[in-house]
Amino acid sequence: MKQKYMLPLTGVFLLFLLAYAGVEGAGMQWFFGIVVPYAAVLAFLAGFVYRVMGWASSAVPFRIPTTCGQQKSLPWIKQNRIDNPDTTAGVFVRMVLEIFLFRSLFRNTKAAFNRNEKNKLTYSWEIFLWLGALAFHYSFLTVLLRHLRFFLNPVPACIKVVEYFDGIIQVGLPIVMLSGFLLLGAALFLLARRIFDEKVSYISLAADYFPLFLIIGIAVTGIFMRYFTKVDILGVKTFTMGLATFHPVIPEGVGGLFYAHIFMVSILFAYIPVSKLMHMGGIFLSPTRNMANNTRMKRHINPWNYDVDIHTYEQYEDHFRDKMIDAGLPVDKKE
Amino acid sequence: MSKNAIIAGLAAFVIAALFPIWFNFGGTDAAPEPELSAKAKAAGKCVLDKYDMRANHMSLLDEWRDGVVRDADRKYDAANGKQFQMSLSTGEDSCLGCHEDKEKFCDKCHTYASVDPYCWECHTTPKEINQ
Repeated sequence: MKQKYMLPLTGVFLLFLLAYAGVEGAGMQWFFGIVVPYAAVLAFLAGFVYRVMGWASSAVPFRIPTTCGQQKSLPWIKQNRIDNPDTTAGVFVRMVLEIFLFRSLFRNTKAAFNRNEKNKLTYSWEIFLWLGALAFHYSFLTVLLRHLRFFLNPVPACIKVVEYFDGIIQVGLPIVMLSGFLLLGAALFLLARRIFDEKVSYISLAADYFPLFLIIGIAVTGIFMRYFTKVDILGVKTFTMGLATFHPVIPEGVGGLFYAHIFMVSILFAYIPVSKLMHMGGIFLSPTRNMANNTRMKRHINPWNYDVDIHTYEQYEDHFRDKMIDAGLPVDKKE
Repeated sequence: MSKNAIIAGLAAFVIAALFPIWFNFGGTDAAPEPELSAKAKAAGKCVLDKYDMRANHMSLLDEWRDGVVRDADRKYDAANGKQFQMSLSTGEDSCLGCHEDKEKFCDKCHTYASVDPYCWECHTTPKEINQ
């Protein structure tokens, strides 16, 4: 066992136990159910705005788009308008594809030595990070949207459409929602990749494992409440609607597991602005993706350039003319 | 990106993130209470106790369906000593036999919690047929 993931794993366990014991043992529903969620949402929004404003006020002196195709050149050379865009429209398409389809992960390669006597280093296409990331992000989005049913009254039709397609296999009662299990599976896959792939394991830190364990914990508690231990859903919605309408109430008959779930979700929200999970906002501000490669067509001036005091050769010669003539150096003007 | 574009995007994000707050603004939507019919009130006892029923009725119905369809097992002995017909809508001691009004009993909470059970794709309530 490596300490790098034992620490975050223990941390998530302790967070779970803290909320579970705090509610079941000490009866602190009001703290884990009301104080922590409000504080977490505040921390999330304030932290998010703070981080993005920090990035927005940083100067970006150079055009540094990563170019992944032929740049605009002579008219008979075909340009790759998306992977090497020179217009805002091209950049827009590139960003949309990056945000929705993770194209940079799609290009992931792995390096390995051939398993024969030549022992040559070869690079091969490695698609599983991309697939895992797509499954993870989209199932998480679906789960998040589905949870809006607890925070909206009446529940809008679009949320019902999401629920309908998520439960379309109609297995069991309550119906199995595919996204929940896909989310858990994908998070476990991404965790396994970090643990068992030596090269990824080497560069993984506690801050990489913690959100994974936290999300796995959230998914497991959610799945347990829906399918196994069960929870009074009406009590839950009374509680969540209370939060959304600023009339918080603590329902009867809702147990520690629910508060542990809420607590871990709150921790996740509060953790986003101080962690790598800020890529949620950061993706929009990646200078290697959101800039057009038009340095050969437009002059970009460094925003912090100041007027430099220049000293031309004429001024230099005026200054040192006598000494130069004495030393026998050639001068442009004799006098 | 220009600073104005970033601020506009950020404002849009914050407004979107607070969607549940402005969507529900002004309302204090308390959970609806399912209305018990006179018959259910008179009976006094259901198959499980209140909170257990709230949390578990769907699993119980699922088990009943499998029991009836696969094993022809039609009687359910409740923990409170009563015996019930394992049926959603057939007979006096089925679910709907006692909870006569689906709209006032089932649908109230299901609508509130956005649950669309597929029970009613096969079962009907007598009242609905009359309408």
